[in-house]
Amino acid sequence: MAIDKETVKYVAHLARIELQPDELEKLSGQLHDILGFIDKLSRLDTSRVNPSSHILPISNVLREDKPRDSLSPDKALENAPVKKGNFFSVPKILE
Amino acid sequence: MKYQTVIGLEVHLQLKTKTKAFCGCAIDFGREPNSSVCPVCLGFPGSLPVYNKEALNYAIKVALALGCQVQEHTKFDRKNYFYPDLPKNYQISQYDLPLSRYGFLDITADGKPKRIGITRVHLEEDAGKLIHETEASLVDFNRAGIPLLEIVSEPDLNSAQEAFDYLTRLKTIIEYLDVSDCDMEKGSLRCDANISLRPEGIKELGVKTELKNMNSFKGVKDALNFEAGRQAELLESGRAMEQDTRLWDAQKNITVSMRTKEGAKDYRYFPDPDLTVFIIGQEMISGIKDSLPELPGLKLRRFVEEYSLSEYDAGILVSYKKDAEFAEECLKQYPGKDKKNMANWLIGPLLSEANTRNLSLHQLGVNIDELTSLIGFVQRQELSHLNAKSVLTQMLDSGRSAQEIIKERNLLQISDTAELEQVIIAVIRENEKSVNDLKNGKANALMFLVGQVMKKSSGKANPKIVQELIKRRIDNA
Ligand SMILES: [Zn+2]
Repeated sequence: MAIDKETVKYVAHLARIELQPDELEKLSGQLHDILGFIDKLSRLDTSRVNPSSHILPISNVLREDKPRDSLSPDKALENAPVKKGNFFSVPKILE
Repeated sequence: MKYQTVIGLEVHLQLKTKTKAFCGCAIDFGREPNSSVCPVCLGFPGSLPVYNKEALNYAIKVALALGCQVQEHTKFDRKNYFYPDLPKNYQISQYDLPLSRYGFLDITADGKPKRIGITRVHLEEDAGKLIHETEASLVDFNRAGIPLLEIVSEPDLNSAQEAFDYLTRLKTIIEYLDVSDCDMEKGSLRCDANISLRPEGIKELGVKTELKNMNSFKGVKDALNFEAGRQAELLESGRAMEQDTRLWDAQKNITVSMRTKEGAKDYRYFPDPDLTVFIIGQEMISGIKDSLPELPGLKLRRFVEEYSLSEYDAGILVSYKKDAEFAEECLKQYPGKDKKNMANWLIGPLLSEANTRNLSLHQLGVNIDELTSLIGFVQRQELSHLNAKSVLTQMLDSGRSAQEIIKERNLLQISDTAELEQVIIAVIRENEKSVNDLKNGKANALMFLVGQVMKKSSGKANPKIVQELIKRRIDNA
């Protein structure tokens, strides 16, 4: 699979990463190599292997519906760049 | 040109578990902002989510009640997007292996039954709450991580009214299961709608719009009606429809385009490596199936068959579970053969008393024996229906017995002919004109004379007997 600069730009935008032109160049090449490596895997015959969605052979890990202590608002907001009262404050969103 | 409206609904339902979906934070809507949060629901690095057993149990109940096939293998996926109410920058949801598929919900369309397909019911989590101020937006994450169910219908609905009926019935079922508050105004039930128009007889679907921001079932109906009209006008004028997301403005009664800049949404779903898969065996499913209550559809059928009620009456009685249970107790204890008499009282006077008192039927605190006794007085023609209704009001206000109130207010109907004759003679004497009208075959005049007798006897005369007596007297005159 070929990765062109436009694709990298698009993915970077989705991830909210800003790339400089030289970074774009570099990353396009690197992503191309990574995907090329992954492509090798698809040459394996997996017709007899069940698809798996998790690497660990465990299932049905569940928790009882019992309340546990939460953080105090002070603690929760301790590292917030901006706060107002008990709220996290973010740049205004236009709806 | 005639168009067919095609609607699909997407309902999000907050499950009323004690704790959030993936952490032990308590769900309690009265708490101060950001007081029910922890490293998991705030998306701190290194925290690990573990799903709530009760939420899974509730979700399977809903899936089964909607006739869905619960899938043996199901898993969580990450839906990736950025928004300030989403602390992890992804929502835990389900993509290609949802909890359940292929369900249905039966509604009524133009008086006929219609089956609406349910594409899927899957698990996900709620986002935080945003409060927009002039300078900034404020975020409260108490709601982030509350377990949600997404219930997606097939595009089988063909009018705003059908969509309204679908939501009403869905809410009834969910309330029977007691797994969500289903309150659209409080946000525990949310509904987005997809709507498109196509020329009648054409198979291919038209360009659709997605409608958001409706705060009530009526809002959904109004928004769909508006949008169907808007689309028809556009198509009529030959302009191209654009795929669009539109917000319902309940004040102005219009939909407004959100004008989203980005193209098709790209959520880059992938399996959430922090959560293990679920394998849901037949044993678990049948266990939950056995725990389901009798659902409204079946209860309705049974009421029709066991108590010979009309479908319409049974439909009213089963719409709330606790009311249905109360109604059934009343029907069972009613000694008369015709259970319809009791049903009429429940749907008529009792329901209207409940409405004026802002209560539901079962909360009226009516003593069933006393209610039966009151209906007995009416059945034996000892009490007029009108007076019986006022006795009921008094019974509910005071908790006193029907018998006591009737006696105290001297309301027993006069069926004693000798006593009634006295009044009738007086009325005939005073209303010569009506008597002549009656003799000349004017049927209205009889009702007028009966009315006069009722008035003179303070409503206590038995109108049927009065009618007979007047007729006899005039025929013999
Ligand atoms: Zn939490």
